[in-house]
Amino acid sequence: MDAEAEAALREGAPRLHMVGISKSFGGVAALRDVDFLLRAGEIHGLVGENGAGKSTLMKIIAGVHAGYRGRMLIDGREAQFRSARDALAAGIGMVHQELSVVPDLTVAENVFLGKQPTKRGMIDWPGMVAGARQQLASLGIDVDPRAPMGSLSIGLQQLIELARVLFSGARIIILDEPTSALSPPEVQRLFEVLRGVRASGRSIVFISHFLDDILSVSDTVTIFRNGRRVVTEAVGKIDKGWVIKRMIGSGHEGLEESYTGAITLGSRPSAPVMLSARELSASRAFADVSLDARSGEILGVYGFMGCGQIELARTLFGKLKPTTGSLSIDGQVRRFHNTNQARRAGIAFVPESRRSMLFYQEPVYKNVSISVLGRISRLWLRPAAERDIARRHVAALNIRPPDVAALLAGLSGGNQQKVALAKWLTFMPKVLILSEPTRGMDVGAKDDVVKIVRGLRDQGLAVIVVSAEPETVLSLADRIVVMKKGRIVREFAGETISKDRLLEAA
Amino acid sequence: MTVPAQENAEAQPSRVGAFIRNRIRNIAPFATLIILLAFFSIASPSFFTVDNGVNVLTQVSVTGVMAVGLTFVILCAEIDLSVAAIANATGIAVAYFTLQESYVNIPNIPLPGFAAIGLALLVCAILGLVNAFGTTIISIPSFIMTLAMMQIGAGISALLVRGQIAYAVPDLVTTLGSGAVGGVPWIVIVLGVFLVVGHVVLTYTRFGRYVYMVGGNREAAEYSGVNVKVVLGAVMVISAVCSGVAGMIGVAHFGSAQQNEFDGYLLDAIAAVVVGGTSLFGGRGGIGNTIIGLCILGVLNNGLDHVQIDSFLKILIRGIILLVALIINVYVQNLRDRERG
Repeated sequence: MDAEAEAALREGAPRLHMVGISKSFGGVAALRDVDFLLRAGEIHGLVGENGAGKSTLMKIIAGVHAGYRGRMLIDGREAQFRSARDALAAGIGMVHQELSVVPDLTVAENVFLGKQPTKRGMIDWPGMVAGARQQLASLGIDVDPRAPMGSLSIGLQQLIELARVLFSGARIIILDEPTSALSPPEVQRLFEVLRGVRASGRSIVFISHFLDDILSVSDTVTIFRNGRRVVTEAVGKIDKGWVIKRMIGSGHEGLEESYTGAITLGSRPSAPVMLSARELSASRAFADVSLDARSGEILGVYGFMGCGQIELARTLFGKLKPTTGSLSIDGQVRRFHNTNQARRAGIAFVPESRRSMLFYQEPVYKNVSISVLGRISRLWLRPAAERDIARRHVAALNIRPPDVAALLAGLSGGNQQKVALAKWLTFMPKVLILSEPTRGMDVGAKDDVVKIVRGLRDQGLAVIVVSAEPETVLSLADRIVVMKKGRIVREFAGETISKDRLLEAA
Repeated sequence: MTVPAQENAEAQPSRVGAFIRNRIRNIAPFATLIILLAFFSIASPSFFTVDNGVNVLTQVSVTGVMAVGLTFVILCAEIDLSVAAIANATGIAVAYFTLQESYVNIPNIPLPGFAAIGLALLVCAILGLVNAFGTTIISIPSFIMTLAMMQIGAGISALLVRGQIAYAVPDLVTTLGSGAVGGVPWIVIVLGVFLVVGHVVLTYTRFGRYVYMVGGNREAAEYSGVNVKVVLGAVMVISAVCSGVAGMIGVAHFGSAQQNEFDGYLLDAIAAVVVGGTSLFGGRGGIGNTIIGLCILGVLNNGLDHVQIDSFLKILIRGIILLVALIINVYVQNLRDRERG
């Protein structure tokens, strides 16, 4: 730790001290020699890009990852957790991004989940309700403990889960992306609660992509990059730009960061609009989304995980139904009741998870032909034609092994992704929607995908790329819209953009 | 935090091992059938004869026609518990629309034979459509939806015969159910036709491919633009119509139409499909498997009659065979999931 940063930290006694932590998964280093100090009565913000190592560190603290190198001290005593239960017993509690509440039970039951008070072997209902009411009131949460959990807003549910973690005796609370689903007033309310918790001497680790939130509530911020701790700094002296600069580095740390430099977007505002969404909303997921996808242009939709971009993509393909708004394809207003109608209107979609797109126990050619069967056969299948089509794609997309009868399960992830893309390329769609097209791929496979998608754009397709990874959007898009908590907040077109500007907007 | 995914394909297991693992779903039932045939042939001289072979096939015919429809449903990873009840209702319906002997005291509506058959087919098709509507439009799990239909089918049967027994059915149905041509019972020919048509539809048509794909990965089928609901609805109707035909020829075969006539057939039809090796999780198997499953059930039922065995023990033995088949079925699925994951 650098001495001046150390000195600048607040006065609280060290509560949790991690020294020289390293952790790797299958030869890939996730954490390299990381030091981390959390003081009593401190809110400590943790920032870094996806894959920077912050979640891995928190999982080590919470006992999820047992095998690692380095030392962990809690209140000066050596700690070694073998399971999440050990960590819980030592007073460490975690609130995950995906809430683990039981929506059908009451608030009181959720607060006391797993440790309901009993009287003579029966659950003590009045005691539980009174206990929950008191517990929640002490955090400034005014809610009827008898109300079903599911009837409350997400923000309240999150506060109640936090209450449960506190109530279980946790002195160190880890919050993973607590604000991603919250409205601004709910965020303020959460912050008030967190400040109260801090005043009681407990420590909070606050992980988030939302830098404004981190900077407004934390005392200290630690920045991670590529598995290393870059810097720890008191919040008073720093601003958002300072943090972003250190999060993404100077661009010399390897191939993964080759898109950190400024690039110029070359949108084509005069090209015909192929897909046009107007004030599209879907309950809870996103609201009031209007966008145009033009032929021969790649539109990037960027936003943090859970900001509604995945649901937006599904809605455009007819998998989800919008609650309000309209969608038109090639000038015609459409309402899709199922994916089949979307496909026939000329929309193609590759979802973020290959698993939900491919048939692992079937040969490659059946995977390719499934979306065009209706075009090549009416009643009887034509396996020879299917194989021919598949062979063309295997050759054009350089799919390995080049055997259309090979079972899909035997292909590597990158090749599977190409098969998922090949499904839609036999008869050109009008609009191609790609959700996280390069997630989990190595650099070579990513470059292949970028080339293929650019090739399709040059043939006149309207392409929409939806991603939570800035690199994906920056490497592909000609125009970028940024989504934040279900709404489009910014559009970048015909200008120079860099990763920090994109992050700043989101 | 995402860790870069391993891009290398997993090491290929040995070819022979992989072949057996891929085929165990088919090998296990086939081996079971061979063992049963060998055992009963040795244990009883009257078992392995041409006449008895025809017997076995005749005995499984009604079950078999139901099992063809059920194969479609199970391939889609759904279930139809109403097959026997729909068979019963359809069998009774066809008798209801036929002129009965004067001593049968049912207030029925006699119609010409073709009309009776047509109306009976309409009954089972409508019941199938109701199943399809419930499972796809309302999204009731097929297990529950067809459980309700089981009761509805039984209710229709009860209402039409009112505790009586009807005997007469149209001539065509009588011939198909109990006639024979050149020593081969028509009912076996009907079974053969259903099996062949079922196999051809599943293997060589676009619809058949959709059935396998929807069963293999429903989400992927939907994201490929397949109209999953139409496929699921269609298999429910196919299952109901197969059951209806099974019910009509069954009534003719047994010579009477009455309540609860097909009660044992639900379990037998499901057992035939599953014992044959069609995956309960969908996407794997087919009519070939169902044929083997039918033969296993038929040989077992028939063979146990040929050997000296406590007749009350037969039921237990059948239960154990079914359990073993289920264990293999689920075990094979787990093997696959592990290979995939």
